[in-house]
Formats: sequence, structure tokens, C-alpha cells
Amino acid sequence: MGFPHKPHAKETVVLSQYFGDADARTLKGWTKRGGYAALAQALKMDPAQVTEVVKESGLRGRGGAGFPTGLKWSFMPKEKKKAHYLCVNADESEPGTFKDREIMRWTPHALLEGTAIAAHAIRAEVAYIYIRGEFTEPWTIMTRALEEANAAGVFGSIKVYLHRGAGAYICGEETALMNSIEGKRGNPRIKPPFPAAAGLFGLPTTINNVETLAAVPHILNRGAAWYKGLCLSNPKSTGTKLFSVCGNVARPGNYEVVLGFPFKDFLYDLCGGPPQGRKFKAIIPGGSSVPILNREETEQTLLDYEGCVATGSMLGSGGVIVFDDTADMVYQIMRLARFYAHESCAQCTQCREGTAWTTKIMERILAGQGKTTDLDLLLDLSENMTGKTICVLSDSCAAPIVSGIKKFRGEFEAYLAGKRQPVMAG
Amino acid sequence: MADGMINLTIDGAPVTVPAGTLVIEAAKQAGVLVPHYCYHPGLPVAGVCRMCLVEIEKAPKLAIACATTVTEGMVVKTQTAPAKDARQGVLEFLLINHPLDCPICDQAGECELQDFVFQEGRSGTRYAEFAKRFNPVEEFGPDVLYVPNRCILCTRCVRYMEDVAQEPVLNVSERGDRAFIGIHPDARLDHPWAGNVVDLCPVGSLLSKDFLHKARAWELDKTASICTGCSQGCSITLDTRDEVVVRVRPRPNLDVNRYFICDHGRSHYRWMNRGDRIEAPLVKKDGALHATDWDEAFARVLSILRGASGKAVALVSPGASTEALAAAKQLLAGFQWTGAFQVVMGEEAPLPGVPNLALRAERAPNGKGAENVGYTREYQAALEAAKSAAVVLVLDDPDCPVQTNGALIYLGTVLGNDAPCRLADVVLPIANVAEEEGTFTNRDGREQRYFQAKPAPGMAQPAAWVLEQMAKAMGTARVGAGTA
Repeated sequence: MGFPHKPHAKETVVLSQYFGDADARTLKGWTKRGGYAALAQALKMDPAQVTEVVKESGLRGRGGAGFPTGLKWSFMPKEKKKAHYLCVNADESEPGTFKDREIMRWTPHALLEGTAIAAHAIRAEVAYIYIRGEFTEPWTIMTRALEEANAAGVFGSIKVYLHRGAGAYICGEETALMNSIEGKRGNPRIKPPFPAAAGLFGLPTTINNVETLAAVPHILNRGAAWYKGLCLSNPKSTGTKLFSVCGNVARPGNYEVVLGFPFKDFLYDLCGGPPQGRKFKAIIPGGSSVPILNREETEQTLLDYEGCVATGSMLGSGGVIVFDDTADMVYQIMRLARFYAHESCAQCTQCREGTAWTTKIMERILAGQGKTTDLDLLLDLSENMTGKTICVLSDSCAAPIVSGIKKFRGEFEAYLAGKRQPVMAG
Repeated sequence: MADGMINLTIDGAPVTVPAGTLVIEAAKQAGVLVPHYCYHPGLPVAGVCRMCLVEIEKAPKLAIACATTVTEGMVVKTQTAPAKDARQGVLEFLLINHPLDCPICDQAGECELQDFVFQEGRSGTRYAEFAKRFNPVEEFGPDVLYVPNRCILCTRCVRYMEDVAQEPVLNVSERGDRAFIGIHPDARLDHPWAGNVVDLCPVGSLLSKDFLHKARAWELDKTASICTGCSQGCSITLDTRDEVVVRVRPRPNLDVNRYFICDHGRSHYRWMNRGDRIEAPLVKKDGALHATDWDEAFARVLSILRGASGKAVALVSPGASTEALAAAKQLLAGFQWTGAFQVVMGEEAPLPGVPNLALRAERAPNGKGAENVGYTREYQAALEAAKSAAVVLVLDDPDCPVQTNGALIYLGTVLGNDAPCRLADVVLPIANVAEEEGTFTNRDGREQRYFQAKPAPGMAQPAAWVLEQMAKAMGTARVGAGTA
């Protein structure tokens, strides 16, 4: 990665090539670096052809679910009867994830170009880029870039709008994001209908993550075969991925590697290992919503969609949160639960009540007032919160609880047995 | 099988329903009530309470019956361990912040939370030692109180105001477990149809001030009736406690009022409990009215009718049953007959989300029925004609400014001190709508039956019975009449 570190030799810089290069933010600078060539090429192609190239490349959604992008585009109605919309999910709020922020900060035109190509591919007249409310700097930069691009008329007939969120985590959920753009409360919708049938304003809509779309111009420029070739392990996981690393690690930041990269090398070589004199204890590989891995599991993991599932977690958004042996896992998990309790949209019963109850139990355990039955209760509540709600927010609260208790039960029991100094978390 | 029909199995029972039916509705056909809170057939589907989780064969996870449409060959199981566990989990979550104040809650006895917890909830709580969420009671509108502590955030009220009343003054405010139903700071819940949120609320969170602490649900007797508030003819239930009407609620009728009634109709019941009723037949003796029995009263009426000829005028209430109106006409069959009624008019107030449903300007239930029988709206002309008529019959029209040189017969529920009907030769006490069985014809010509909810006071009898008895004695009754 180009910023703030020099790229490590084992990194493969595609998306992050111009991070730190302020000149790449301008239309002129971006064009000089080969920008908007892919868009010009795409606009001359049949939309179905563009979709086919992306399908062939094996690009998968970088927002967390990893759904094949070309396939998603192909779900849009073949026969266009109504207006189509493209939504770009730039509401990057997943704790531990900050890759889209850097894409928008340094290469706003890469996102705009990818957005326009995708809009062309799905035959959308209008694209909305939904930017997280707290992202003030990316917002300013994106606004300036969009003004420049509009003035130069690079989008043809496609209209691109920026929409600023108001600070709700749940608006990163695709249907909640659509409700939010429509001016409604950001509540996830029941699926079906899926967005490709009835999305924004009830019309066929595709929604993609920032990083996904930023990769699209590269695929068109260099060809699907090139992208498909960027693969170190499972052929279903292709291309490069940005990983945001934070926590107890020597060199936190964004790193771009080819999918299938060994997690062990990633942590020890690229990120410089744990802070001096410490050892890794636990890693969350894909943003706060995925199960926690312990060190042994982490070191066996290959960083791609299948590799993370194989060791019991998920690649998610690529937000790597690192805990070393000084971290109090009970406290960390309580903080995660509290986050979800705060952000629950309050629609589904299990999530509204379950996240808050879970948090209260976690706080009680930390305060040294836990009961011996609390761990079983937490697991039972987590079971009731998993797979039973409209969106996966409550599942996300349950995932670290379940994996945390499973892997770090000793720390919980130490609190329950009064062997640890209570922490007043309130 | 007919086109567009889907076959599926619910808890082992095969059912056939139209394509597009929701599993929760198909289950009703199989005799299975899937527990639910947010779902209501009169509202858009929200799918938020997650109570109606059921197992569907071949589905990867439990599905909510309220948002899943039936498919051919679908096998639905509501009583499997995973489904029951999931629903028990929801009930437990709903109860952690719900006060157990059922003994002082108006909803107790007709509370869906009570019912389903009793049916499949846990016997004890695991939410020990934590405080429950607390928010003060709020006044939402002229008749609606919001008790946030009992709210389970099913959002039925929000969706009703948004999609049916189309005056979106309610919302879900805040997030997570801090959420509550909020009202627009500059608005009140005073839409003419707002009271329905009280019925829609599955728990005791939205309460009617009018019914507050008035009765326990299990003390109430329920009678199917028709609203007398206007010519729409909404189906209602009269709730009586110790023979007093204490509440009016909508009775589902998909063709007329779906699941709703307006606030005017909801509050239009106190008169049914009036204490100052005529309780015995009265006949004029020596210039004053004296109480008597039915036999003497009937004899007096018959002697009046037999001794008179020429013009007869009937001035009737459009709130009388079609049976009574017809019998009143029949009784006077030997005369040159004029019949008329007048209707109090008010403002029309539609419920935008339901086609052809409004509080109608015509504030009477049976104007159409009266017209069908032959009465006209030429009330002033009839009053004029009454002056020179041989016989004038006033039916349940206590404020009728009648003047006549002929005989005056009044059938009514009340007799005011200054009422012109005080001059009647005979006054016959009749039952009101809550005290008899009868038929109204609504503005669209729909004939609807209402039933007796409480006894009539004293010797009062249904007007139709009284009039038919006399018509029989006069020999003017049609064959088959007089069986009411």
C-alpha cells in the first residue's frame, strides 16, 4: 500500500496504487494515470458484454457477503420496462473497516469510474453513492471529484448523485440504505423482493460496495483473465483485496494482497507482527460482525472467502482487528455487543431486546457480578438471535459472543470466579 | 384443481388456497393460528415481531408465516421444536421490558401477549436483576393514551396511521431497546378514524380514555350489531357489562368497513344506556297521560284507527329497523298514507386507505331502508300534512315538532317534558337498537342484521313487534308478518 507505509514487497497494489498521491485525486491527474479509459471503452460496449467480462473475472462483492458481482448485475431485468438504479454502498461503518474511506480519499475518480461502468452495465440512468455521514473528508473529496467529472461530461447520460448518511450503522445494510435514500427511517426491508426486482423507489436496483466498483475499471483495462489470474488459493476467490488492520499490531493500516494470501505472513511480514514483547491472542478477520479466531486458527487461515470459512470465520469486509495477549477478551466482546445494542434499528424483537440484554449480561460479568449460569444464558440468547431476523445485525452481535465464549471461556470464568479485578464498564 | 389455486400442507392438514396467499392466512384455513403480533390482515406486512416463525420443509431456516407466500406442495410445520423454541425466544425477549401489570391493564383478558405467553412462553424469566425500560404515559389524542412500557413495537399503529388513515403522525422513535412509538411534536392523534389504533394494539399500550379502567375484558358480553352513527353501516360489536353498553368495537366485515370504525361511531353508544326511558304504555285520560298495560294501549290505538278515515301521516326515524318501518306502514294501510323521515347531516370523513369507507354525512343507519319501504325525505311537507291528518304516527322521533288536529300515536324510547309528543293520545314504549333484533339497509343497499345486546327497560318492546301486533289486530298485516 502506498500510504502511510511504502508498499510491502508481498503486496499487490492495484486499488491502492495511488494512495498518498494527491495528484491522482484530480480529474486531470487521474486521466494522466490512465483513468476513465475503461469507462470510455465500456460505454462503447453492450451492457451485457460488460457484465459478462465482470462475471468472467470472478470479482466478488467486497462489502462482506462476497456475492459474485457479475452475477448480481445479471439479475437485473433483461427487458427494461422501468427505470433502473445503481446504489453504491459507501456507508462503511463496520467496526475495524476503513478501506472504502481510503479509496474515496485518494482515488475518488476510481470509484466514480467504476460506478459509471456498473450503471452502464445494469442500464441504470441514475447512480446514488451513499456516503457515511461521519466521512467528512471523503465527502469533500468525492464532491469535488464529481463536480470535475460532471463538468467534463465523462459519464455520458448517466447521472451520479452523492447522498450523505446521518450516522446509522444499519444504513450500511443494503435495503436500509435504500430506505434512507428514499427519506425514510433506515430500516432493513424483508427480502424477497430482492433489490433487482424492487429496490430503490420500488424499481430494479443493484447495490455494490465501493471497493467492488473501484476494481471494475482495472478489470476492463487489463481483462478478465488477468484478474482471474490474481488468485493464490481457491479459484472462486480472485483479485486483490484491501485489508484494514487495526489493534495490537506493529504497523496498522490498509494492505492490499491477492486473495488466498496466508494470514500468518500477512500479520507477521506485512503488519510487522505484534507489538514488541507481546503475542497475538485473537484476530477478527472481517470486521466486527464475524466470529473471532484464536492465534492458531489465524495462522492456518488463507485470506480468501473460502479460507476464512474453513477456519470458522468469514472474510467479511476485510477489517482485521488484532488483539494481543494483554487484551481482555471479555471487555472487548462487551464493547462489540454494546455497539450492536446501540445500533439495532429496533424492528425485530430478537435484535432490539437481545442485543441490549446481551450487553447487560456482559457488563454484569465484567463488574464481577456474573452468575455461573450467565455463559449458558448468553449462548442460548445468541441462538435465539441467529438466523431469525430481517437482517444480520443480531447475528453479528451473537457471532463474537458465541466464538468468544467458545475460545476464551477461561477469561469469562475468571471473572465469574472472582479471580479477575472487576471492570466497571458503564 | 382450479387455476391459480395452490395446494399445501400445514401441520399435516392439506389446504388449497389462491396463489399469493400468505402462509399465516392459509394456516387459518387449516385451523392453525400461528402466533403473531405485527401481522394484521388490514395492514401492510412488516415482518418485524418475528413471532410467526414456522418451519417450512426444504427451507434453509425458519420463515415468518406472515411474509411467506404459499407455493405448490409446501409443507409447513408450526409445532416442531425449532419453531416453538424460536417463538418462545421471541416471547421471552418481548417480556423482558414488558411490565407484568396485567391486574391493572385494560387489555388483560384480550391481550395477545398474555395469550401467547400462556400458550407457549416460558414459565419464569431469566432477565432477573435488571431494570425494565421505563417511559411515562403519554396522551396521543382526544381518546388515545400511550403506555410505552407495555409497547412491544409491533408498529401496527404506525402502519395504520401511515397507510390506512394516511395521516402519518406516529413513528418509531429512537433505536435499539430505547425505541418507542413517537408522535409528531406538532400533531395529535385526532384523525376521525384514529381510535382504531387502540383495537389494533395487540397489548395494552394504546388505550382508549373512554374505556379506561371501565371493565375487565372477561366481564363483557359481546353482541354483533350495526353502527347507527351514519349510513355506512359498519359492522360492530357492542360490549355490555351488567346490561350496560360500555364499548363499541369494529367487527371485521371485508365488504363494508374491513377492520375499522370511525371515532364518531365508536363513541356513539351512551344514548343506548339512557335512564330516562318510557317504561310503560301511556294513554291520554282526562287530558293527561297515564301509565297502563299493553292490552289497554293496544285497544286505544285500535279504537282510534277504526274510528278514523282519510289521511294518515307517519313521521319516522331513519334509525328504526326496516321491520318496524314496514309494519308502521302496514298498520296504516287503510288510510291515504304519507310517510317521511329527516336525517341529521354532518361532515363526511373518509378513511383514505379503504375504498368506499367513510363517516357519511348522513348520520343515520337506515335512510335507505326507509326509502325502500316507501318513506320519503319530504319531512316538512309531511309535517304540514300532519296538521289536517286523521291519524299521525310518530316512530322513534322524540324531537318531532308535530302538530295535528287528528289523533297522535307516538312510539318512542324517551319523552321529553316539552316534547310535542306529550300531546299524544297513546305513547308506546319501544326498545332501542341495543335492545332488539332488526335489519338496517346501508347507503349501498346492503341489508344487515343487528342483534339484541341487553334487555329493554320496563315494559318496552321492539317497535316491530308492537306495530305488527296492532296490524294483525287491524287485519292489515301481511301474511307472514308478525313473527319477529
